[in-house]
Amino acid sequence: MKTPDLPMSVVLEQKRGLLLGPKGWSAVLAAVLVIAVLVPVLNLVVPDGHALHLSDYAVTLTGKIICYAICALAMDLIWGYTGILSLGHGLFFALGGYGMGMYLMRQIGTDGNYKSELPDFMVFLNWQALPWHWALSDLFIAQALLIVLVPGALAFVFGWFAFRSRIKGVYFSIITTAMTFAAMLLFFRNETGFGGNNGFTDFKRILGVPIATGQMRVLLFVISGLVLVAFYLMARAIVNSKYGRVLQAIRDAETRVMFTGYSPLAYKLSIWTLSAVMCAVAGALYVPQVGIINPSEMSPAASIEIAIWTAVGGRATLIGPIVGAFFVNGAKSWFTVAFPEFWLYFLGALFIAVTLFLPNGIIGLLRRPGGIAGLFRRATEKRT
Amino acid sequence: MTPELMEEGAKRLEAYALKRASAATASGGREAAYGRPTRWGEADFSHGVALYLDDITVSFDGFKALNALTLTVNVGELRCIIGPNGAGKTTMMDCITGKTRPDSGKAFFGSTIDLLRLTEPEIAQAGIGRKFQKPTVYEELSVFENLELALAADRRVRASLFSRLTGTQLDRIGEVLQTIHLLPEAQRTAGLLSHGQKQWLEIGMLLMQDPKLLLLDEPVAGMTDEETERTAELFLSLEGKHSLVVVEHDMKFVDQLTEGRKKVTVLHEGSVLAEGLLADVQNNDKVVEVYLGR
Repeated sequence: MKTPDLPMSVVLEQKRGLLLGPKGWSAVLAAVLVIAVLVPVLNLVVPDGHALHLSDYAVTLTGKIICYAICALAMDLIWGYTGILSLGHGLFFALGGYGMGMYLMRQIGTDGNYKSELPDFMVFLNWQALPWHWALSDLFIAQALLIVLVPGALAFVFGWFAFRSRIKGVYFSIITTAMTFAAMLLFFRNETGFGGNNGFTDFKRILGVPIATGQMRVLLFVISGLVLVAFYLMARAIVNSKYGRVLQAIRDAETRVMFTGYSPLAYKLSIWTLSAVMCAVAGALYVPQVGIINPSEMSPAASIEIAIWTAVGGRATLIGPIVGAFFVNGAKSWFTVAFPEFWLYFLGALFIAVTLFLPNGIIGLLRRPGGIAGLFRRATEKRT
Repeated sequence: MTPELMEEGAKRLEAYALKRASAATASGGREAAYGRPTRWGEADFSHGVALYLDDITVSFDGFKALNALTLTVNVGELRCIIGPNGAGKTTMMDCITGKTRPDSGKAFFGSTIDLLRLTEPEIAQAGIGRKFQKPTVYEELSVFENLELALAADRRVRASLFSRLTGTQLDRIGEVLQTIHLLPEAQRTAGLLSHGQKQWLEIGMLLMQDPKLLLLDEPVAGMTDEETERTAELFLSLEGKHSLVVVEHDMKFVDQLTEGRKKVTVLHEGSVLAEGLLADVQNNDKVVEVYLGR
């Protein structure tokens, strides 16, 4: 068998260099326009009752789902690309949310039920002064830094011990579940100083501006949407780099990676920490839109849901988890209104169906040559 | 001078050359040691030894997988290691590459690098490449990307985040693709290759690393006769430039590699049973006993 001598330039030609093709950039631009122009106009300018008016409920719901989509994207980097299934990402999301919540609690000022300088739950507990960990909660910049630094540092330390001990696969999933569960129990306690099982709610202002107005709602939505787009582009740059290919190599054959001279610890730890920080940012954007944060966000079930969004949309594709987050949460908000008692059955059935029939998720189905895209292509080909 | 005398002289010369050849070790490009300081992390081959295992013992729950194993591989040498199943061949490779820590003994790479103090990635960076028994490639990546990751380069996170292939590196990948006969498959997903092609790809990844010592665990398992022959040719072309340790069951392949003049080591129950030319070893009573169970 003689191998034909092909010109090397043809064979080695790569689609590298540019982050996205012209089509991809147009899609990103379209997404930015929809988020930053179309939605605000339809919600604020088009009058209520008009056919094209976008309701406040829809804006808040979409903003919430965008935060979930950021989590799913973060999960995809660590699970889809690196093969490490974390069932504790809800903790980082909640920590980011609590970081924002602390600032929002201080912004209430003396408008609370007890008309006190301290947040209501502290008055209720008969505390006389702010505990030490609330020292910076009046400063937005400081609190914004903590939103990134605290979950990042926790993920770094946790990951360093776990990856250095070469904890892998299901064992890693279990200890991450344990981590978020332990944190939930801690946050449930009143003594921890985070409002116990009620958490934080009843926010009034952000940066001195009232929070419960239409403009603020749309502004938070726009910021969340733009953050999602920015994270998407960052994730694309990461997975297109050699670093991203090392991550996939770790997923496929970690021993080979080690015997090639790469230290998997540094790679796993960096992507794990980045993924945690992305979740924390999502949490910080989520809390002002939803208006509440409590320890139930740290329950293992919340973390498992993030994994489900990613799996349903399609692991190891970047658009997949975003699609998955929108699909599952969209279905959830429709189901819980239409058939409230059947939602959990539907979620279970969905997960089973995806595991059995769509190992690559919705996006895998669309991209399969015989999938919907293939059918569509064949149909259009016939017509022309 | 009579023709008989000349013929006799020629024969004697030939015999002498053969004797010399079997005793000689390839120099492997080693240089004189004087006046050349070794750099940190760089193996020192000036004494002609590439790999030095001394009295290595490994036991798993009381079972001695390696029992006082002592083995020396010279620079540029191609050494074949044979032995029945469970003789400790793979455990030996695990010890050299840092996967298993021996209970006692010494393992040196060159004359300065203590292998027992390094981690797997450090050993790989020092210049030891390993091919597994079962071909291990990155199934979801393309053949090209598999080789790109193996390319000798800075292995740190920041470096790979911003790495771009240079023209020289592209040429090198192209060259290796040609050597392993996978050029037409360069953009194919590695998981779709045949078993033999995966073996070749893994060998190609080793070549990209440009290691000084190659450890090859059953490299021709699952290959066709023609592929086996080409593999033998490839290894023979590497001999001298690299040191090679080949573990293999296929005696025909071992015969091709040794070319009737190189040493073969027989492992049995974790230590060296016999060492010498393949023909001699095959006639050794102890070896026959071990293999045939008499």
